[in-house]
Amino acid sequence: MSQQYYLLRNREVPNIDEMPVYLAHGGYQALRKALNDFKPEELVDMVKKSGLRGRGGAGFPTGMKWGFLPNDGRKRYLVVNSDEAEPGTFKDREIIEHNPHQLIEGIIISSYATKAREAFIYCRGEFLFGSEQLKRAVREAYEQGFLGENILGSGFSLDLEVYRGAGAYICGEESALLESLEGKRGNPRLKPPFPAVAGLYGGPTVINNVETIANVPVIVTKGADWYTSMGTAKSPGLKIFSVSGRVQRPGNYEIPLATPLRTLIEDYAGGMLPGRQLKAVIPGGSSVPLMTPDKLDTPLDYESILQAGSMLGSGGCIVLDDHVCIVGATARLVRFYREESCGKCTPCREGTYWMTDVLDRLEHGLGTPEDLDTLADVADNIGGKCFCPLGDASLGVLVSALKYFREEFEAHVAQHACPMGERLYDTINN
Amino acid sequence: MKPEWSQWAQEAKKQFPEANSSLLPLLHRIQDAEGWLSDETIHDVASLLGLTPQYVESVASFYSLFYRQTVGKNVIHVCVGLSCALAGSDHVMEELEHKLGIREGQTTPDGEYTLLEAECLAACDLAPVVQRNLRFRGRVDATKLDALLTDDGKEVNS
Ligand SMILES: Cc1cc2nc3c(=O)[nH]c(=O)nc-3n(C[C@H](O)[C@H](O)[C@H](O)COP(=O)(O)O)c2cc1C
Ligand code: SF4
Repeated sequence: MSQQYYLLRNREVPNIDEMPVYLAHGGYQALRKALNDFKPEELVDMVKKSGLRGRGGAGFPTGMKWGFLPNDGRKRYLVVNSDEAEPGTFKDREIIEHNPHQLIEGIIISSYATKAREAFIYCRGEFLFGSEQLKRAVREAYEQGFLGENILGSGFSLDLEVYRGAGAYICGEESALLESLEGKRGNPRLKPPFPAVAGLYGGPTVINNVETIANVPVIVTKGADWYTSMGTAKSPGLKIFSVSGRVQRPGNYEIPLATPLRTLIEDYAGGMLPGRQLKAVIPGGSSVPLMTPDKLDTPLDYESILQAGSMLGSGGCIVLDDHVCIVGATARLVRFYREESCGKCTPCREGTYWMTDVLDRLEHGLGTPEDLDTLADVADNIGGKCFCPLGDASLGVLVSALKYFREEFEAHVAQHACPMGERLYDTINN
Repeated sequence: MKPEWSQWAQEAKKQFPEANSSLLPLLHRIQDAEGWLSDETIHDVASLLGLTPQYVESVASFYSLFYRQTVGKNVIHVCVGLSCALAGSDHVMEELEHKLGIREGQTTPDGEYTLLEAECLAACDLAPVVQRNLRFRGRVDATKLDALLTDDGKEVNS
């Protein structure tokens, strides 16, 4: 499908990860424009007007978040969340590996807008190549005078540091990320206070996702009105959806919000594998409820997906077909939360353990009719009762699977076996 | 303690407004050089940064990429996330166990390979995905597994 790219510009410009190529294609022009033509407050207003919402999962309006910083003269920090570890999500990886300068340009503009003097990119430890790309791009930006003292003669100064995590999904949660960045275990903090008031080293801190910040140079270049001309009034602009699972063309797709889910799966991702039927979609990363095929015409915007019983989340869209066992898929996802629970609070630490146990039992044909009630009961003791949102996140797929595919769970019990042969994977010929 | 470590500690401290932030970067750098973090290393890092060994241990043990036991020269991570499972990662793991003659979590007797599970590696477009020493290999199948174990370590990102 022919398409114009604004975020994944690497798709049409080879080697745009290199400074000379990025510059030759208009790179850092948005930074010049921001520094020359706008006061910081005007940029915050522009981002507010654009309606840009956080692309890390929660969809919180970015301009509004920037506006929460208290005006008390304390040193401010900007932190970019590049911990991307929500199963099914891989958009930030493409940006940092293949278009890192757009992120860095966005960081400098966003720091100028929020009056941050120091910025950090918290990069997932497993992204070794991504962190190398970021470090190189940061070095190039210093060499060009886009970072450091008195950037482009504007009087604005900024330092930017790339920080590598070391393997922990919970460090994507913003307060756990800050703990980790301070050299501690990645346990979430009690909120409030929110990072805007007491964040990194106790100072006022803006935390945004990679994709969120990569949108900022585009908005500065094209204007807020252009941005709101796409999507809906409440969900304007562009979003990258990561499609994976049983489709012909897994990959990242940059599309206007409110594009129908059907278009994403059938047109962009090439549709289902030959002879296969869609069974369910997890539209926003592993933490959100399943959607069934009757919801395929749902527009992919925050409000419409919520109305359809799920959430847009990170835009990590996992597609399951009729050859996939729902119990097995659910067990796999819940197991992830068991592995990644930080252990700080009991309902999450113990609950994800029990749910995994019961789900594995069911999948292997060793379940009893009471197990379904046990699952519901444990879920009930996690929901709304955990210290941070990871606990609730472990329930999204499970609770929806029990609701939409209950007979499949029951069949595992009745037949003392997985009716599909415990299948998550089969080649197309067998 | 290696002579260069105190230099590394100084460099890490200078990078951040507050010295504690230098702990993870220093652990990374030393592990890259040593392969793993021994009890002795934990003590050394603690004294270099003015922390207690217990504190350094509690931090290091939180993160799955800090190895508190010896690992092979090549650490193989097989992604077991749902998207990779849907593309056959369980078979990839079985195949690797068979080829290396070890189970997940173990190291080959010659110290060449350690085989580990990884949670979703955020590369589901390339599923099934394996990392060798954190370098990605995508769309892994039986033929690519041999290359993965023996080639020059060049990363495949797409
Ligand atoms: C368990 C958990 C994991 C998260 N992981 C990520 C992540 O990997 N990347 C990310 O940007 N946000 C993640 N978030 C959301 C962050 O807490 C935060 O809302 C986000 O970084 C804010 O940026 P945004 O407003 O630009 O989306 C996670 C949240 C939770 C509860
Ligand atoms: S909900 Fe889970 S991840 Fe969050 S603080 Fe509690 S134990 Fe840790």
